[in-house]
Amino acid sequence: MINWSEFTPWSSLLGGILIGVATSILLLINGKIAGISGILGEALSAKKRELGWRFAFITGLILAPLIYALFHPLPIAATQGGWSTIIIAGLLVGFGTRYGSGCTSGHGICGISRLSLRSIAATIIFMLSAALVVYLTHHLFIKT
Amino acid sequence: MAYLSSLIAGLIFGLGLIISGMTNPAKVIGFLDVAGNWDPSLAFVMIGAISIAYFAFRKAKVNPHSALGEHIEIPAKRDLDAPLIVGAIIFGIGWGLAGYCPGPAIVSVAIGDVAPVLFSIAMLAGMVFYELLIKRLLSK
Repeated sequence: MINWSEFTPWSSLLGGILIGVATSILLLINGKIAGISGILGEALSAKKRELGWRFAFITGLILAPLIYALFHPLPIAATQGGWSTIIIAGLLVGFGTRYGSGCTSGHGICGISRLSLRSIAATIIFMLSAALVVYLTHHLFIKT
Repeated sequence: MAYLSSLIAGLIFGLGLIISGMTNPAKVIGFLDVAGNWDPSLAFVMIGAISIAYFAFRKAKVNPHSALGEHIEIPAKRDLDAPLIVGAIIFGIGWGLAGYCPGPAIVSVAIGDVAPVLFSIAMLAGMVFYELLIKRLLSK
């Protein structure tokens, strides 16, 4: 059993390696970038480009916990904030990732892996922005 | 074949997110909470992923053709423009509020919890709103 509530360098490193392998498969076999917000957002755009591989990838993501649960109990996911916070956060993440052309996977992993200056800047900015929000909500007790 | 490799890539990506701890919003917040009881685990996720993907992107740069004969599309934009910066700030606010970014939210849809489903629906709505806004701006 992995205790995810503590510092987990090894399981996090292993998980990261799997993410790197998956990114490499999609890049070198399909020729596509594994940026989740791009995969989702482009499927929702008016152009509806290449829906097939996008749906296949998303299906894989959704199946992952079901496959994992066959072998191990799923880790506990402790939700943060009330319903209104979750809805507002979702809207901001959806809009922000599309407007900024990427999220943690597209900029943070794919972009940094190819040493893109845009992605390195975006990753630093969204991490600082997120850390500031966590500071405000957890240390200055601004209720969400 | 392209759909199968994409499905397998999605599955491995999802398993990686679960094993790494990214699908637990409390752990993500613990990583972002540098002033509190900081949990640096998620930096290891990035180290693991980048150390593998770096070589894949290097290979793609040398030979931009995928195993299935597709041209490998690498984003060409280079400038640090306002949408990149503003978009990253907005995304960061949402990420810090709920602890979900797009991948982990979608992976968590089928775990039987309401929060990730609600978050994902709102996230898709935010993406649709972006499409409508861009379409509106372009047609002017």
